[in-house]
Amino acid sequence: MSFQPALQAPAATPISQPLARAPHPLRPIMKLLSYIKQWKSAARETIARASIAAQFLSLIHITDAYICSTTLVQGPSMLPTLNYSGDVVLIEHLSHRLGKLEPGDIVVVRSPVDPKKIVAKRIVGMEGDRVTYLTEPSYSESSRTVLVPKGHVWIQGDNVYASADSRYFGAVPYGLIQGRAFLRIGI
Amino acid sequence: MAAAREVLVSAAKKFFVLGLIGVPITDRFASVVPVRGRSMSPTFNPETNPLFDDRVMVEKLCLRRYNFSRGDVVVFRSPVDHKEKLVKRIIGLPGDWVGTPHTYDVVKVPEGHCWVEGDNEIPSMDSRSFGPIPLGLASGRVVRIVWPPQRMGEVERKVPEGRLCPS
Repeated sequence: MSFQPALQAPAATPISQPLARAPHPLRPIMKLLSYIKQWKSAARETIARASIAAQFLSLIHITDAYICSTTLVQGPSMLPTLNYSGDVVLIEHLSHRLGKLEPGDIVVVRSPVDPKKIVAKRIVGMEGDRVTYLTEPSYSESSRTVLVPKGHVWIQGDNVYASADSRYFGAVPYGLIQGRAFLRIGI
Repeated sequence: MAAAREVLVSAAKKFFVLGLIGVPITDRFASVVPVRGRSMSPTFNPETNPLFDDRVMVEKLCLRRYNFSRGDVVVFRSPVDHKEKLVKRIIGLPGDWVGTPHTYDVVKVPEGHCWVEGDNEIPSMDSRSFGPIPLGLASGRVVRIVWPPQRMGEVERKVPEGRLCPS
């Protein structure tokens, strides 16, 4: 077998055959444009899917922060209404924004003594009310009467013997109220 | 006509989606709010023209741990009217003794509370009138001025001298 140079022209080639096409000068740009087109449609689909996920998470946040949420309440301060070892309650966040809270409502408020803690107590007096309470419920009958200042509420736990509430830290500003508990989910 | 209405409907949908996604972002991360009034002059609103209210960026990440520092400018709900929000600077943290310059009174800031004052000497709605406020009323910390352009920049933390008694 002999290696013949491949450049030998085939025998029957007429001279008038056109030359092989030179590469199109704009080839790489056209390739880039088609890449961008594909990338654009993939990006559009990704954005649409991410938007649906973001809308879903936003609805969850809005419902939890502005409409209804759940929380676990524990401690002795609301006995016998709520358990010592924990109760899951439903909190609605509409009444306090509309100003429809009344004495007797159980509210969850951010503690004025520790802003990271949320406590559940019952409203005893709104602004302008006069509240009378026993100063030492276990020991004596002495009581005190206070006037609830403007923009504040007086909250007390149902269990006056073991509750750190307005009798201890005074009336709390209305802005600390986070919501009203309206339903207890029994276990 | 139908094409124009379709364009409007799709634009309205886009605005609605952006607004929806904006709610958790402004609640949890940061938002831009205008500052009204001159109680924080010269830091905000040094001129009286209400058309050119300053707009500031308020960050909400500080509300996870509530660890503010003396000199932070915070946005909080007024303890006198829960629907109103005020912007003032924190002068004292829990346990600090804050003195008023014109009287000899010294107030100890209780646990979980802070003493807030406006930068302007003219008394405003701040702790000089309603006392220390619970930190739970805070709804964000001001970090930057974003409008007007000539005063854009970071809001610095500074405490006026001579107000805090060494504890």
